Amino acid sequence: MASLQHSPSIKDAKVLMVGAGGIGCELLKTLALSGFPDIHIIDMDTIEVSNLNRQFLFRQSHVGQPKAKVARDAILKFRPHINITPYHANVKDPSFNVDFFKQFNVVLNGLDNLDARRHVNRLCLAADVPLVESGTTGFLGQVTVHVKGKTECYECQPKPAPKSYPVCTITSTPSKFVHCIVWAKDLLFTKLFGDKNQDNDLNVRSGDVASSSEHADDAFEQRKDEDVGDYGRRIYDHVFGHNIEVALSNEEAWKNRNKPRPIYSKDVLSDRLPQQNGTVDRSSATDNLSSLPAVSAMASLGLKNLQDVWNLMENSRVFLEALKLFLVNRAQEVGNLTFDKDDQLAVEFVSAAANIRAASFGIPLHSLFEAKGIAGNIVHAVATTNAIVAGLIVIEAIKVLEKNTDAYRMTYCLEHPSKKMLLMPVEPFEPNKSCYVCFKTPLTLEINTRRSRLRDFVEKIVKAKLGMSYPLIMVGHALLYEVGDDLEEDMVKNYAANLEKVLSELPSPVTGGTILQVEDLQQEFTCNISVKHREEFDEEKEPDEMVLSGLTEAPSMAKADDHSIENGGSTSNALPANVTEPKMDVEVEEISVGTENIYSAQKRKLPEVSHATKDVVSGDETRNHKRVQKLDDEDDDVVVMFDHPEVDNHKKQRLQ
Amino acid sequence: MNSRILQPNMRPLTSPNFTGFSNVIRFVLSLFATGARLRIFRFTSFLSNSIELKVVSAQLTSVRAFDFSIFSSLSFFVRFPAINHYLYRLGLNMDGEELTEQETALYDRQIRVWGADAQRRLSKSHILVCGMKGTVAEFCKNIVLAGVGSVTLVDDRVVTEEALSANFLIPPDESVYGGRTVAEICGDSLREFNPMVSVSVQKGDISSFGGDFFDKFNVVVISCCSAGTKKLINDKCRKLSKRVAFYTVDCRDSCGEIFVDLQSYKYSKKKLGETVECEIQYPRLEDAISVPWKVLPKKVSKLYFAMRVIESFEEAEGRKAGEITIGDLPALLKLRKEICETQSLNESHVPSILLERLVMGAREFPPACAVIGGILGQEVIKAISGKGDPLKNFFFFDAMDGKGIIEDISNEPPNK
Repeated sequence: MASLQHSPSIKDAKVLMVGAGGIGCELLKTLALSGFPDIHIIDMDTIEVSNLNRQFLFRQSHVGQPKAKVARDAILKFRPHINITPYHANVKDPSFNVDFFKQFNVVLNGLDNLDARRHVNRLCLAADVPLVESGTTGFLGQVTVHVKGKTECYECQPKPAPKSYPVCTITSTPSKFVHCIVWAKDLLFTKLFGDKNQDNDLNVRSGDVASSSEHADDAFEQRKDEDVGDYGRRIYDHVFGHNIEVALSNEEAWKNRNKPRPIYSKDVLSDRLPQQNGTVDRSSATDNLSSLPAVSAMASLGLKNLQDVWNLMENSRVFLEALKLFLVNRAQEVGNLTFDKDDQLAVEFVSAAANIRAASFGIPLHSLFEAKGIAGNIVHAVATTNAIVAGLIVIEAIKVLEKNTDAYRMTYCLEHPSKKMLLMPVEPFEPNKSCYVCFKTPLTLEINTRRSRLRDFVEKIVKAKLGMSYPLIMVGHALLYEVGDDLEEDMVKNYAANLEKVLSELPSPVTGGTILQVEDLQQEFTCNISVKHREEFDEEKEPDEMVLSGLTEAPSMAKADDHSIENGGSTSNALPANVTEPKMDVEVEEISVGTENIYSAQKRKLPEVSHATKDVVSGDETRNHKRVQKLDDEDDDVVVMFDHPEVDNHKKQRLQ
Repeated sequence: MNSRILQPNMRPLTSPNFTGFSNVIRFVLSLFATGARLRIFRFTSFLSNSIELKVVSAQLTSVRAFDFSIFSSLSFFVRFPAINHYLYRLGLNMDGEELTEQETALYDRQIRVWGADAQRRLSKSHILVCGMKGTVAEFCKNIVLAGVGSVTLVDDRVVTEEALSANFLIPPDESVYGGRTVAEICGDSLREFNPMVSVSVQKGDISSFGGDFFDKFNVVVISCCSAGTKKLINDKCRKLSKRVAFYTVDCRDSCGEIFVDLQSYKYSKKKLGETVECEIQYPRLEDAISVPWKVLPKKVSKLYFAMRVIESFEEAEGRKAGEITIGDLPALLKLRKEICETQSLNESHVPSILLERLVMGAREFPPACAVIGGILGQEVIKAISGKGDPLKNFFFFDAMDGKGIIEDISNEPPNK
């Protein structure tokens, strides 16, 4: 076999890298060292301090600058003669169209979110350019190869859906710290500092929803002449005291649960405490404010260690202080704030509020550091895993350039060896015949065509579920809706009117049996949706009032400990479903109704290579892949066993 | 932002001798003399039931200049029975017992992986690295980013085109070389990666260094040395009273090997949600590679045998490590035959094609360097933090089949 190192295909290769973050920095370095002469790199981010521990091409002095450009300059210092073209832009920008992608021999992804990954996958399919995809979380990582017609595409497999929690768990019956975080972040923070007009489920659901919500609306308004401190205490007493009392009045709800404890500010704090207590604190407060760029409640209270778990009193003080600082120092922003993990004061407020609620419900308290990780969906990242994954990406890229199909592998980096292996290569799978992306398999949508509007369909299905940015929707040859910059004025009006219409009343009515054709012009991706009319939906389980099936996506029922592997909006890299498999074995009892698909679909690799879990496989199409070829090595008895309880425990340990 | 924070490597302050009141005062004076701002984090955590000391710590924190209030609080302090112990802890505190705000911000993402405790241990660890080729450059980058206390580099070679090939720490700019060694040039690049890590260079022949030299380190990584030198250093480390983690790493073409000797190693790991303490025994290099091939399990990586054959060849011919070319293949194959006969092992376990690959390219394959340097970095971090199963005691990677395999090659039964 020819040596990978001396592959002549490298010299003529033109590659596109998407992402110049954790994996991206390592990848660019390894590509440059390996002799790749022409590298294009897209990244929309600028450099942050928390990147510096692993994105080694960046320095403190680069903070705030575009990653793609700084990475290029750093590489040219040790390999001056290669071409690197940086783009400080979103890969979803329309200029990166199919023609743009066609100029490359291979596309290498070092991305941090599901949405962009799906977008690149579709463009690669449309442009017929091979894709090497990657992801890391902590010590876990994986690299996969996606070549049209040869191996499965990125969307052939179920992906973990963004997490959501049943509303009542968040509003009334939290049992885990993450529930308190979601409550503090999505409900309380938004209610106090965000858009006041937004629907908000803040009120505790109890027997008399109506009266409590009326009460609540009054409670959240700051009264005329009301002192900021008094207002804060009133909010405190309302959400941690009154609302809990109201909830407790519904005794039925607490039969099989531990009752929460109402907490009032007077019981936790003495009257004097919220004021600065004495000279010592004041001096340390000014001391710290001078060194911290942003307003911070913990600084003005003299609290320092992010890793400390504060007690109820400390959290209560941070809560009141943060509330006050928002209303006094950042008054102009109040009303349109959204939670941002890099907003110190917002993190402090959410962490404190979540901890007070946790105390009320008997849930263990957490440090600000931990709370920030949960609230910000921060993905754990280290340099070593990124370096390993980058090396593996380049190895696969060379095989792809050589069209050495038989040698393609998807590789997992494991934290604990399985079959003596820390790096485990596995044969890639054939394209999934039921994949709606690469096999154009029609989807089915159950929807109440007499109640849902076209807008609901566009927002909840086309954008959220199908990941399209520039959609065009047709019934037969009739256009119902499209997005674009060059539309005629009357068309724009027409579409705007259509958006507000109920499906069955559209100019070309959409009813049971209609086939909708949905297309994304930029991705050059089309899919057909067959509509089924359905009258009723379950409020808790199907809050969207529509059910899309045939989609290779896991149901969105959340599991509490899951956020660490989410493809969330953090700066780092999350990974696709495969590496999350280990958890499934251990936590399966935590998954409630409707999640079996996650379990069986994600476990689909097991039956292919081991015989341990036959019962998991049932007739689901998604699992009927054949392997591209037999394993070649004589001693290859590779068994993919992803049931290491340790992998899961490791994750828990980080979250404690 | 502009305040100076005591950094872990500012050693003079670290271990004061608190035998009396005057020493305590001298210690406090020395702290202020540095002009550093005093930050005492979590003072209360190890002073669980002493409200008095909390007050003292608050005053210490808020006082910027040296003034009388310190004297009054300290005199009170000294009357406290366990003062020496607590102040000693305070000293340790300055030595990175608690992470500074800067450290927490910089290391945020990795603290979420291995915890604040492991990060503190990392910042107090000292690493010796010998042989600056591509794989070791990758390894150094990884541990400098991770935030170890110090890294000491040994490599007296001058820069050649070969030295440049997979090493991104050497700029291809002859004007910066100026007669300096590979280690010195690599050191410059490494320092830029993380200003919190102290990077230094030690000149001289590693095999001539004595035990007191190795005693300064917690981890020793040897690359590009003959098997004889590796064994020698391994034994020197083993003779020290403290445990030094010993590693060798080498990359040939697109294959690599890591050897680990943690001696008698205690660590903790999470198992089913509980922390369990484990202990494992490692053989030294000499003992590991003298295990008769016949008693090894059948499926031991072929790379293990191939590496030993090449090692023996270089040793017998008096070559430096890596000084072997494709022209040596016939002689190498002859040696393989001899060794296999002595060891009663079928020659098919050391395929010719593999040996050919390994001696063909003197240059390392950069993606393989990234992978092996990454695994080694991870292992060293594990060993310093004392968390998680370490690999025992060989690791092999071959970019051709993509497998990264652990082999336990010791006479003792594998611990599980």
